[in-house]
Amino acid sequence: MSAESIRAGVELELAARVVELVRQAAGPSAEAEVVVRHDAEALTRFAVSMIHQNVAEAVTTVGLRLHLDGRTASGATTVVGADGLRGLVERTVAAARLSPPDTTWPGLAPPSPLHHSAGYHGSGEHSRLDFGFDEATARATPAERAELVRDFVSAADGLETAGFCRTVYTSAAFVNSAGQSVEGRTAEAAMDGIARAGGADGVARLASGRLSDLDGALLGARAAAKARAARNPVELPPGRYEVVLEPEAVSDLLANLSVFGFNGKSYAQKQSFAELEADQFDPSVTLVDEPLGSRDEHAPGLPFDDEGTPRESLVLVREGVTKAVAHDRTSAAEAGAVSTGHASGMSRTWGPFPNHVRLEASPAATLPPVDESIGAVAASARPLVARMERGLLITDLWYTRVLDQKTLVITGLTRNGVWLVENGEVTAAVGNMRFTQSYPQALASGMVLGIGGESVLLPDRWSGTRYAAPALHLASWNLTGNASG
Amino acid sequence: MSHFDEASAAVQAALEAGARYADCRVMIRRSESMTARDGDVEELVSGESAGLGVRALVGSSWGFYAIPDLSDAAARAAGRRAAQIATASATVPGPPIELTPSAAVEASWASECAVDPLGLSQSVKGDLIVGATAAAKAAGADLAEGIYQIWDTTKWFVSSDGHRIDQHIRECGAGVTASAYGDGEIQRRSWPSHRGQYGTSGWELVDSLDLIEHAPRMAEEARALLTAPLCPTGETTLVLGGEQLALQIHESVGHAIELDRILGWEAAFAGTSWLDLKQLGSLRYGSELMNITIDPGLPGALGSFGFDDEGTPATKRDAVRDGIWVGVLAGRDSAAVAGLDYAGSVRSDGWARLPMVRMTNVGLEPGPHTLDEIIAATDDGVFMDVNRSWSIDDRRLNFQFGCEIGYEIKNGKLGRMLRNPTYTGIGPKFWQSMDMLSSESIAWGTPNCGKGQPGQVGHTGHPAAPARFTDVRVGVRG
Repeated sequence: MSAESIRAGVELELAARVVELVRQAAGPSAEAEVVVRHDAEALTRFAVSMIHQNVAEAVTTVGLRLHLDGRTASGATTVVGADGLRGLVERTVAAARLSPPDTTWPGLAPPSPLHHSAGYHGSGEHSRLDFGFDEATARATPAERAELVRDFVSAADGLETAGFCRTVYTSAAFVNSAGQSVEGRTAEAAMDGIARAGGADGVARLASGRLSDLDGALLGARAAAKARAARNPVELPPGRYEVVLEPEAVSDLLANLSVFGFNGKSYAQKQSFAELEADQFDPSVTLVDEPLGSRDEHAPGLPFDDEGTPRESLVLVREGVTKAVAHDRTSAAEAGAVSTGHASGMSRTWGPFPNHVRLEASPAATLPPVDESIGAVAASARPLVARMERGLLITDLWYTRVLDQKTLVITGLTRNGVWLVENGEVTAAVGNMRFTQSYPQALASGMVLGIGGESVLLPDRWSGTRYAAPALHLASWNLTGNASG
Repeated sequence: MSHFDEASAAVQAALEAGARYADCRVMIRRSESMTARDGDVEELVSGESAGLGVRALVGSSWGFYAIPDLSDAAARAAGRRAAQIATASATVPGPPIELTPSAAVEASWASECAVDPLGLSQSVKGDLIVGATAAAKAAGADLAEGIYQIWDTTKWFVSSDGHRIDQHIRECGAGVTASAYGDGEIQRRSWPSHRGQYGTSGWELVDSLDLIEHAPRMAEEARALLTAPLCPTGETTLVLGGEQLALQIHESVGHAIELDRILGWEAAFAGTSWLDLKQLGSLRYGSELMNITIDPGLPGALGSFGFDDEGTPATKRDAVRDGIWVGVLAGRDSAAVAGLDYAGSVRSDGWARLPMVRMTNVGLEPGPHTLDEIIAATDDGVFMDVNRSWSIDDRRLNFQFGCEIGYEIKNGKLGRMLRNPTYTGIGPKFWQSMDMLSSESIAWGTPNCGKGQPGQVGHTGHPAAPARFTDVRVGVRG
């Protein structure tokens, strides 16, 4: 079966051509930046233990932003022939000329080399940077994804299953009229599935830079074990509970802290809780954005952002002290900072935020050895559960929404397995509950009772973001109702 | 320029590669949006997207492939690729699928549009949005934000069942929001709704919103909210404005009646539904005032079309009649699995996305009262309007909403303004407590409905009017 072909230099040539077209149409004073992305995403989705949706797409998108005579406009097209590119330039130049003045234009990124990642570098064909790119993942076929799904379904041993297996290959380039010219590529694989038993669901979820890292059978067995253990739940009264959050639930904390808290625009507009150099978290909390991966994992993202700024690791919180927020060039100018390489197509409107955040795991020596057997409790959460006298073990959080952005009070529900823990042992499955909780408050000094010793790479189920989360033991979580009413 | 030939080539290639059914959507979409802040333009973005998506059914398994290339050769290659993907799906097959019959149709349809929103000068549109934020800022907003969005979509649909349909749908909308900063909190007011009002309409819709006229009041109300008392905690009578009720319908009715959710096809992500098909036609969903219709033919509403993305003509149906659940949102495959004889609610958010069961216009028929009458008839309660946050469980049963503004109701009159109003409940219990319903219905547009993997953003419409509910828990806080 045919698979995605690996591209080399195509996007860089396209981007340079558009910059030249802008120069011809608007003169040398026009400031232009061009991003060209070729995204090949394939997703095999299953439900009721069958593959019911199986999709693939291969799309090249050219994005142009230009600043002309004090006015700014952006345009994008998937029509990349000569007429399409000319039309993009003409439309965007015309839009800029008719747009109201832009007093916040931050200027173009100057030419600067890409940063090497912590663990992978040096072998890219054009950029001379490879970041652990796995060609086999980029070339993955529908048959390979279907086999992983088959393994997941089989391992659930008769339970109903649902989920997806995804591979994504991106090849991209950036060129601006100030001379910045960079390119890169990335590949991602992810699997996310549930098993269902008697009205209870169990989940297993994993992301990687290599499809070969995903073991459908192992994930299916984990999901099934959790589902079986979640049957016959009891209902508990609402109130504040001590909790152990499994990595899936912790990833929701990381996502909301990132999108609303470590967002440079929200910070500049005083809508974020973040205060630089303030003790805002427990000293055990260190958060790092790692778009280039780490020594142990492939790069999840491109080595530059949509403004051509090279990306590198960014420490957001070190030992409880807030150290940084993510910036694009606009929010950086407003906040008197420098861009951290977090511009995206929508960051001027919605703000730049980190989307490859890792919560540092505890040093292994401080925790008992991880039990790798498959059961209701995720392996990384077991040492934390063993220490909890009475509380809840929560697998996953769902439909979390902000009630108040400044304090980051969030409401949402538990999902995919909740258990009562007494004297370090799981004693009963618990029905899903609604919570209303300030996330920074949950992680404040003294509130973090323990962090797991192993981070799990978790895919976002909606977009291409990714989080690395260990389990987390918290002193208090405000459960405000039972899902059943 | 027609693109039926490319769509037909893709379908034919899929059939030749082994598909027993195939369809293809060629779509060209032009879009434009502007955001403004504090009297300055923030971002102006225009887009053009063109491509085709082919769906192939091989045995009982589906495959879908999409490319941004409208050449005949590319269309044929895409058709073959879709059939290959469907063949791979058979690695984990389901039971045999037969699609609900759909009569072959050759037709053309266009939404109503008086003022072409893309044809209008960007300076006119920009001045309006920038001007609205300037007006809010001048009236005391700490942060004033405005947005307009436009989508102009032309699509050509061909199926191996004989459909050949082209449609031209123009959508637009706009809104303005004022925020006021207090000691550790932010209050916000939006006009006309929390993300603006949208419809399948020309720019006349945006003109009718009077953004600049209403912006100063939003700033004043946001400021006033900072010192307003907190919404009380407890059970009380709740009166909801129409904008908030539209989202209540969307979340606790619209998604719950999606047949793919009911069948478990969205179980791992969007979730399932508390509804059981065995109870279709007999389950009491709400009070007798509750009449919910599915109406994709409603002129101007955001979820309107002539034909869905499987070629089924827009048809009005009941979802809830006199409080009894009687209908679902369905597609040709899901309807067949459920033993139903109608589809018509399958949509994709672009050529690169698989068509799936989506809301169209799902709305509450108006009632016999007015908002003034509802307030006058309430001795003690809370009025809330304009959504601020929303959350609901994966069975679409347990919800919690926050609104931008509330007022206490005492002895038939609106009293003090209340800040941070929230309410929570269980869908059927909540709807069964609806005892008064206004006739003042507006078809609110929701341009950001997320569903599917890869993610799709749907545009839906929700006719709704103010209504009253009893014994509702309000004032949930962290």
